Amino acid sequence: MLYGINCQACHGSDLRGGDMGGPNLLRSQVALTDQHGELIIPIIQGSRKAQGMPNIGLNDEDAGAVAAYVRSVIGTIGSQGTPPGQKKALNILVGDASRGQVYFAAHCASCHSATGDLKGIASAYPEPTELQALWLRGGAGNAQQRTTARKATVDVTTAPGKKVSGELIHIDDFLVTLKQSDETERTFLRKGAVPLVVVHDPMQAHRDMLPHYTDHDIHDLTAYLVTLK
Amino acid sequence: MKLIHALSIASLVFSSALSIAQGGGVSPEELLKPLSKQWPTYNGDYTGKRYSSLAQVNRQTVKNLSLAWLSQLTPGADSAPSDGRPGRPAPVPLIVGGEGPGNINIRAGSIKGSVLAVDGTLYVTMPDNAWALDARDGHQLWHYFWKTKGGTHIGNRGFGMWNGYLFMETPDDYLVSLDARTGKERWHKMIANVEEGYFATPAPIVIGNHVLVGVGNDIDSPGFLQSFDPETGELQWKFYTVPMQKGDPGADTWASIDAARHGGAQTWITGAYDPETKLYIFGTGNPTPAYTTGLRGDLDNLFTCSLIAVNVDTGKMAWYFQTSPHDMHDYDSAQTPVLFDGMFKGKMRKMVATAARNGYYFTLDRVTGEHLVTSKYGLDTNWANGLTPAGGPKRDPGKDATIPGSLFSPNSSGTINWQPVAFSPVTGLLYTYEVNSFSLLYLTDPDPRGSMGLGGKEEVHVGNTGSYLTAIDYRTGEARWRHRFYSDGIGGGGLLATSGGLIFSGDGAGSLVAFNATDGKPLWNTRIGQITNAPQTFELDGHQYVICASGDTLWSFILH
Ligand code: HEC
Ligand code: HEC
Repeated sequence: MLYGINCQACHGSDLRGGDMGGPNLLRSQVALTDQHGELIIPIIQGSRKAQGMPNIGLNDEDAGAVAAYVRSVIGTIGSQGTPPGQKKALNILVGDASRGQVYFAAHCASCHSATGDLKGIASAYPEPTELQALWLRGGAGNAQQRTTARKATVDVTTAPGKKVSGELIHIDDFLVTLKQSDETERTFLRKGAVPLVVVHDPMQAHRDMLPHYTDHDIHDLTAYLVTLK
Repeated sequence: MKLIHALSIASLVFSSALSIAQGGGVSPEELLKPLSKQWPTYNGDYTGKRYSSLAQVNRQTVKNLSLAWLSQLTPGADSAPSDGRPGRPAPVPLIVGGEGPGNINIRAGSIKGSVLAVDGTLYVTMPDNAWALDARDGHQLWHYFWKTKGGTHIGNRGFGMWNGYLFMETPDDYLVSLDARTGKERWHKMIANVEEGYFATPAPIVIGNHVLVGVGNDIDSPGFLQSFDPETGELQWKFYTVPMQKGDPGADTWASIDAARHGGAQTWITGAYDPETKLYIFGTGNPTPAYTTGLRGDLDNLFTCSLIAVNVDTGKMAWYFQTSPHDMHDYDSAQTPVLFDGMFKGKMRKMVATAARNGYYFTLDRVTGEHLVTSKYGLDTNWANGLTPAGGPKRDPGKDATIPGSLFSPNSSGTINWQPVAFSPVTGLLYTYEVNSFSLLYLTDPDPRGSMGLGGKEEVHVGNTGSYLTAIDYRTGEARWRHRFYSDGIGGGGLLATSGGLIFSGDGAGSLVAFNATDGKPLWNTRIGQITNAPQTFELDGHQYVICASGDTLWSFILH
């Protein structure tokens, strides 16, 4: 492999720069715009000697083959400049499970139980990154969700003693729509504080906690939750 | 003096164009005036305030604002055969340009930029497409289609105009000039190389005989701003936003010149201009690689995530202020800067303000760049601890991407992104969006060389704690009030302030809304969908029009 023999030591096996001072070729303007070797071949043949890239001494054909190889790797760059190659799975479990258990008792146990609703949560979500996002959000936010996140409800009081309640369908500054227990929908016009609208969102607690976690709390809690197999 | 010569010829052309009923142009002198009956440049005028002196639509009358017309625009060469007027379909002249093969047709176009409103005509763009519409009923006068070679098709922010000529950028990095009356192409010039990852979204801005043009890029290329001759399209100057040679200003803030030359700082939002000092002030994008320090070194990485003032004639930098020193969260500082004069600590000052994507707000002296105010306006912004000696946020390295994940706010989309802000000289408030969002940020490429582009990380959104229209007092940086949107996402595509005491914006929940500029109370709405650009206003035949876009449709409202 011509690249491996002639270039790798300086430019790296992945072309992203090597120990011996060659720059990353995947973000090189020269390499990115090369069409058929016209820009890369002269460099291989010594045009950048003064800047520290020696004449590699390849003939046109071999230098052209290396240039084609460089272009082919560039072709595998992901969107927004993401480097080529498979992502390695990294171990995110660096927290202390016993500290996480203490944190759970203090901040989560009022609504959840490790032996009740969250029993087996780590088997349902075996991927620690998935579990970490799940408990921060309070749900997977997709079809795989084990329990359906409870929907918000709303009370609309149009006159003293006249309250309509139901599942919240839509709310903005001007309208509120709810679904009543008989599955019919009702929409109310809003003008400032009239009618009185009170939303009950069971997921609010999860959002309210977001500004208060430290990254240590998060990693400890995740380390604990992965034990709930 | 070749340049002055060119100018006088052009003004002759312009005055003859004026005798035609519609489709007249705008002279460089007119562009110096505050925003009033026309909307002739990206931000309406050079100040970036998006504050209109029109007051027919005001707090009392806005309740009578309702639809004048709407116009749906279909991108592509084989689109709308008629002018969209029901009953009398007339073919719309289609002008085709571009160097691409013609088979790349991005259909999902949406209007995410400013419409120019000049002499009864509206000029509207989407990536690869542009239209002239009659401002009185929205019917199409011409449609220009650009055959693209590729590039990121994320949005187009609109036209610049010099006399009777229009200028737009294309995703595959061309500056295209059209004749405003016919839509015929005058010329196109390559402004960057699409193969180096450049793409172009900004609206060019015309200042005197300069057409200033910015670019975007996601793969470790240097940012730059270029100035072109409006008549010939010749390059006048090119200003790099990162050091390109050893010894360039800022080179000592990078670990190597190779890192600096791949360091980003793209120029993808149109800036503001101060005619007194001849300074063009604009924001720059994130450093690259965005989420890893790697070869960048631990220092500030100038002039990424900065406000920069350049002399418009020379392209030389006068001052800079870095709003995100050594950014690690893709917090481009390419937000619209706003220029205004006002009292500050007992003295009249000429100032520039910006509400940055990173959750921080800044007031500076716009003549010298002197730092006056920094505040954290993002309620849950958590990536920095205190300020640097220069007044920028001091990054907390603990909130960089980590292998086990770090929880940061705002997420990489920011408290605000490209959406234009507004400023009212009457209230002294800068109006901005404020999205408080949280993401987990995982480092997935711990290579000591650093990653590339926006790679090397995984961002997982975990929730929002509130999205607001926020009014900031420029003297303190404190929020005078916040109006909470009933949506987790951003309210709309930007803001408009008027001397009628109103702020116009989408509300993220399906309406265009007029808010009271004093306290943020919603006064009027119309349910036309998610608003994708900043509302605008102009006057025609004695009517004040308010226009805005939702996706592919332009909406126009007047008092009834
Ligand atoms: C002894 C180390 C060394 C070897 C071996 C080497 N290079 Fe280089 N290469 C460099 C250095 C140093 C530079 C930077 C030169 C400069 O700054 O202009 C460079 C620059 C380049 C560039 C231009 C990058 C740019 O963006 O300016 C290309 C392309 C390139 N090398 C390709 C190759 C190829 C292909 C090979 C193998 C056939 C190779 N190099 C072998 C050290 C090396
Ligand atoms: C005020 C109540 C409350 C608190 C406190 C609370 N949660 Fe929740 N959580 C909920 C609700 C409601 C749901 C939605 C699912 C449900 O209704 O059980 C939920 C969902 C979850 C889920 C998803 C369950 C599944 O099966 O999809 C996890 C995991 C979770 N919470 C973990 C936590 C952790 C860890 C804490 C402490 C840091 C915590 N919660 C604190 C109310 C709470």
